[in-house]
Amino acid sequence: MEINELKRVASQVRRDIIRMVHGCQSGHPGGSLGATDLITALYFDQMQINPAQFRMDGIGEDMFFLSNGHISPMFYSILARRGYFPVNELATFRRLGTRLQGHPTTAEGLPGIRIASGSLGQGLSVAVGAAQAKRLNNDPHLVFVLMGDGEQDEGQIWEAAMYAGAKKIDNLVGILDYNKKQIDGPTDVVMHLGDMRAKYEAFGWKVIELNGNNMQQVVDALRLARQGAGQGQPQLLLAHTEMGMGVDFMMGTHKWHGTPPNDEQAANALSQLEETLGDY
Amino acid sequence: METYEKKDTRSGFGAGLLEAGRHNPKVVAFCADLTGSLKMGDFAKEFPDRFFQTGIAEANMTNMAAGMALSGFVPFTGTFAAFATGRVYDQIRQCVAYSNKNVKIAASHAGVTLGEDGATHQILEDIGLMKMLPNMTVIVPCDYNQTMNATIAAAEYDGPVYLRFGRPKVPNFTPADQKFEIGKAQMIQEGKDVTIFACGHLVWKAMEAAEILKEQGIEAELINIHTIKPLDVEAVLKSVAKTRCVVTAEEHMRNGGLGDSIAQVLALNNPVPMEMVAVDDVFGQSGTPDELLKAYHLDTPDIVEAVKKVIKRK
Ligand SMILES: Cc1ncc(C[n+]2csc(CCOP(=O)(O)OP(=O)(O)O)c2C)c(N)n1
Ligand SMILES: [Mg+2]
Repeated sequence: MEINELKRVASQVRRDIIRMVHGCQSGHPGGSLGATDLITALYFDQMQINPAQFRMDGIGEDMFFLSNGHISPMFYSILARRGYFPVNELATFRRLGTRLQGHPTTAEGLPGIRIASGSLGQGLSVAVGAAQAKRLNNDPHLVFVLMGDGEQDEGQIWEAAMYAGAKKIDNLVGILDYNKKQIDGPTDVVMHLGDMRAKYEAFGWKVIELNGNNMQQVVDALRLARQGAGQGQPQLLLAHTEMGMGVDFMMGTHKWHGTPPNDEQAANALSQLEETLGDY
Repeated sequence: METYEKKDTRSGFGAGLLEAGRHNPKVVAFCADLTGSLKMGDFAKEFPDRFFQTGIAEANMTNMAAGMALSGFVPFTGTFAAFATGRVYDQIRQCVAYSNKNVKIAASHAGVTLGEDGATHQILEDIGLMKMLPNMTVIVPCDYNQTMNATIAAAEYDGPVYLRFGRPKVPNFTPADQKFEIGKAQMIQEGKDVTIFACGHLVWKAMEAAEILKEQGIEAELINIHTIKPLDVEAVLKSVAKTRCVVTAEEHMRNGGLGDSIAQVLALNNPVPMEMVAVDDVFGQSGTPDELLKAYHLDTPDIVEAVKKVIKRK
């Protein structure tokens, strides 16, 4: 897809995010807005998928896992806009009886979701397992997984990183939403992450660094990762992002990690985001 | 019924922790990137040297607390109940319960009243997980004041404690100066027709139910089992000898919860008809706290119904 087209999709996804968290007065706008460009490019340009006929087993297609499940509004919007389920269903986000649970779940059978997430630190292990299954099945498709940077505090991430490096899981692409913020504040203050590139490289990964809010760079990095698959190393896109991207008052702070906008704030936010594909 | 100011139990924990910290310089606190949610900010501000931000690393936090407890510190660990228990069960089992270390596991956002975040965060199994561990004391206070006082009592008690509280604002009806006695059931009101044993947020719901029942001529005895373990067996049996039937009410899975503990006591000592208001072997889901209490049959009318049913079985 053309870069400008991808940007138009991303703008609508950002509108959806604001309207969803505003509608139910809960959820996580900050991280969702920051990671929108990455996952828009992934689903609309890079991944080989068949949304019309969702297969839980993902055989014969690329797979994606959202490890940082709290940014579900971004994920739900992209799945709906890509055709996995009706766009109108976004209005049910976090409401009693919805398939769009606060954090992604398989219990309600929402097409596009393959595993529950929300408890942080578990998605990379799942992705490694799925990638290993693809190899046994001689399925050449790739497995992608998005993780938060605060989420990197969890030891399990490094268990999975070590395994993937040691066992050369080279059909796996990790994407790190490197916004340098988590709930209690900047990652530098809460738990200094140190040199993330060096850390993953030391675990045997190939690292591609990029601006995760620059659509051209995102598309290029994802294409580079596909070319780099099958060469004996798992790959990490170290994507520098801005929490709250696209809404001026939500940027440069961790305050919007899990806080919904009120009516006035939502109107202000929406005035900054072009409606490109029609609101749900 | 009297009206009371609504306050969240987690804020009671925050106030109790601060108080315990002022009283005993050995009290220290860990938090895994949820300082605001656990209301640990005041402690962190007043005692920056005794507050440890661990990042999102609950397993590390739990075992670091055990390590500090070795040298006489009284560590509290703070995170959501789901991550305070299930995620670190083996760490708790080996280094806190089995090794019998003086660690206080502070667990917020327990049960369905966590609300919109959904089932991944709404743990309904934690009481069971914790009460199964030898050496572990399990406390589920009912309101702000009681959570504050339970926190202070937990800091004074020597041994592993699991302290469970929640997110929503609920009526704060226990007196601020009421000393919390671990293991001592709290009589809320006496009655002769049925005993309701409740814990946590459902104590208030049970008070509402008792009021409705009174209008219908049923005198319910209501006992707050704020300590699930050790259970006040004497108080349970004494009440049941009088009322001859029991309803339990809790924001937890029926398997492994308060009702399960009471049922054991009754089966072994004095089997009488019993009904349980609890979640019946299903996961939670997103919704508002009030909607969810209704959807999972944990609300005032459910307690009223259970009482009527159990009285018929007498
Ligand atoms: C195991 C676990 N511990 C704690 C939490 C609570 N929690 C939800 S999001 C979050 C911060 C995540 O930080 P990051 O991965 O950087 O995401 P961002 O804030 O950038 O969206 C925390 C601590 C959780 N969901 N899971
Ligand atoms: Mg972050």
